Amino acid sequence: MIPLGHYLVVSAVLFAIGTAGVFLRRNLITILLSIEIMLNAVNLSFVAFGRAQGTVDGQIITFFVMTVAAAEAAVGLAIVIALFRHRESLNPDAFTSLKW
Amino acid sequence: MPETVLFYVFAAVAIGASLLVIGQRNPMYSIMLLIASFGALSALYIQLDAPFVAMAQIIVYAGAIMVLFLFVVMLLNAPQEDAAQWDRTHPLRRPGVARFGAMLAALLIVQLVWALVRVSDVGVAVGARGDVAELSSVRSVGRVLFTDYVFAFEATSILILVAMVGAVLLAAREEQR
Repeated sequence: MIPLGHYLVVSAVLFAIGTAGVFLRRNLITILLSIEIMLNAVNLSFVAFGRAQGTVDGQIITFFVMTVAAAEAAVGLAIVIALFRHRESLNPDAFTSLKW
Repeated sequence: MPETVLFYVFAAVAIGASLLVIGQRNPMYSIMLLIASFGALSALYIQLDAPFVAMAQIIVYAGAIMVLFLFVVMLLNAPQEDAAQWDRTHPLRRPGVARFGAMLAALLIVQLVWALVRVSDVGVAVGARGDVAELSSVRSVGRVLFTDYVFAFEATSILILVAMVGAVLLAAREEQR
């Protein structure tokens, strides 16, 4: 059987990749995709911990995370569409109206 | 042992595809690679005796959320990242800020490694505890979901309603409001 630590390492690496994507990329769509990677990394550790404890609670938290991810994607993409309509750009550096 | 080999194969596919998601200039390719990463993750869920989560991962993530992303990318028709003119003047390019960011990244890695070392049962095999037939059945998942977590479940329905109203309102054209 695979030790719990291996799943946690995969989850940590995926989370680090997602974080790097949020900070390094200059495209709103790719930033949202990186957030999805981070949410999936957390899901993986939830399911792995739940399996290691022998309960289904980890799977259920994963469903809630998936629902939140779906809501986040819907609202986030609506904001992206509205921003693109105003600025004709997907670069987050183009949106500086609220910057002091 | 075949399941150990399969674990490493699917973990490598998930990590490699996620890295390529970050590396692509074209968001279209990023979305396709992310779907591959989600497929590998759902294989990992099957190995963790969570077949329902694996199916939900494919249907909800790869089927619904990624199609939404694809739809928006096609709708906006702005595939390439216009990074060149911002990259040189970006505030993160200043050496002091970049050094601070690199320090934060190193701190994150140290923290993750420390947390992994501190987990007490990190070396315990994942499938050691619990009944596989009980854990992987949709019946037991549904029973816990609709008894212990019923309040969170109902709150989720309100969340989805709010998200739907918000998405429609945000994406509507100004003159239609």
